[in-house]
Amino acid sequence: MLKKTPLHSYHVQRGARMVEFAGWEMPLLYTGIVEEHQHTRRVASVFDVSHMGRIIFTGPEAKGLLQRVCTRQLGTAEVGQCCYGHVCNEDGGILDDVIISRYEDRWLMVCNASNRDRVLAWLRQHAPQTGVQIDDITESTLMVAIQGPASLDMLSRKLPFPIAGLKRYRFLAGSYFGTRYTIFRSGYTGEDGAELILPASVAPLLTGLLGGGDGGESGLRPAGLGARDTLRLEAGMPLYGHELHEATDSLSAGLPWCVDLNKDFIGRDRLRQIAADGPARRLVGLALEGRRIARQGATVVQADKPVGEVTSGTFSPTLQQSIAMAYVRSDLAKPGSRIAVDLGGRVVPAVIVALPFYRRKTA
Amino acid sequence: MSTVPTDRKYSPTHEWFLPAGDLVTIGITKFAADQLTDITFVDLPAVGSSVPAGEAFGEIESVKATSELWSAVGGEVVEVNGVLADDPGLVNTDSFGQGWMLKVRVKDAAPLAGLMDAVAYEAMLAGS
Repeated sequence: MLKKTPLHSYHVQRGARMVEFAGWEMPLLYTGIVEEHQHTRRVASVFDVSHMGRIIFTGPEAKGLLQRVCTRQLGTAEVGQCCYGHVCNEDGGILDDVIISRYEDRWLMVCNASNRDRVLAWLRQHAPQTGVQIDDITESTLMVAIQGPASLDMLSRKLPFPIAGLKRYRFLAGSYFGTRYTIFRSGYTGEDGAELILPASVAPLLTGLLGGGDGGESGLRPAGLGARDTLRLEAGMPLYGHELHEATDSLSAGLPWCVDLNKDFIGRDRLRQIAADGPARRLVGLALEGRRIARQGATVVQADKPVGEVTSGTFSPTLQQSIAMAYVRSDLAKPGSRIAVDLGGRVVPAVIVALPFYRRKTA
Repeated sequence: MSTVPTDRKYSPTHEWFLPAGDLVTIGITKFAADQLTDITFVDLPAVGSSVPAGEAFGEIESVKATSELWSAVGGEVVEVNGVLADDPGLVNTDSFGQGWMLKVRVKDAAPLAGLMDAVAYEAMLAGS
């Protein structure tokens, strides 16, 4: 039995094509993946991300537990700040990528839907006997992302909170007429935007507030998981199960900024070793010739020899170019390197390019 | 459900075949295009090459997946829809019209008799 988000009836009403994703019934698309992608880049879209795990930590030992399981230095996190980091196993393999937010009286971890059970078990396993309480609030809350150049203006007009003044990776939290809310300035599309966590019970109110997402050409429209994937790929953002998994690590994935090797955390010793030796493979961006798409698992070759593996690929709607991310042997992992990708026997030339593929214009 | 044109035949793998004299035009149905989502690339054989009956003649790629194109009839490719090279999205927007793929000169049109008509094809979709 698939789980349904609090916004399920909204998706159905909007004619979404629903698919299974990590045990949830989620909208793949409403009108079309490329159309929703482009609307997000041009105007703004709302994404239901309620399937993502939301875990609350309270008590005097909460911070210590999170410091121990996360690569990121949380000691300097201020109230109202979010920190992207990884949860690693003892060998430095990535169990999940998460965002940890510091509230006045608690911490919140947002994790991938596919890893929620595993991360919860891992946290409970490493929690001290007393001093920290772990509460999974995923199914009592909803989460939406509103993303696109017009998103913050739209939200500011609809919600009585100073959203425009919020810096990237900061959040506002409080209670409004008894409704507990958190508004983050964050997202997974490469556009400016916000993510909201609200009680599951306000789903009808929220869809009403957002105008049903029926804003036409210049308004807010819903976008599904299909567009979410092509948007994050253009923005060079990793996805768990593709770029990130237990057989890779934060440094090979090109994310050294989310690792503090000077603090004590699970997996640190192995990561220190990798930092000292240099990663054997690195995550890179590829631009392929032609319109064919390199999909996960395709072999990257040079002079007929395998030198890497594709993790994600698509035909970029913004760039009108076949793009992919791949792990490639470190000595080749430089922008400008010419390699090729074996697409089921057809070898397509490609060049390594700097990530992200797409960067929004900032005013 | 959208109605499918009654002037042609349909395969279980969602290709359509429109005969006119000894030429058969081949494409994929709106249902297939919708299932694939946004089509990004169509790999078609060259004009003058031959398409074998009952086999794959090309590939179609979308944002989500790659799949084979199958022909019920064999023959010589006399025309390829070149517009699809730059605008493969036509297969999504006009599957039964401007999104056509190949015109094949067939020697033996008999395999078409074994395909579904519009009514049978719609019944198959309704049952799926």
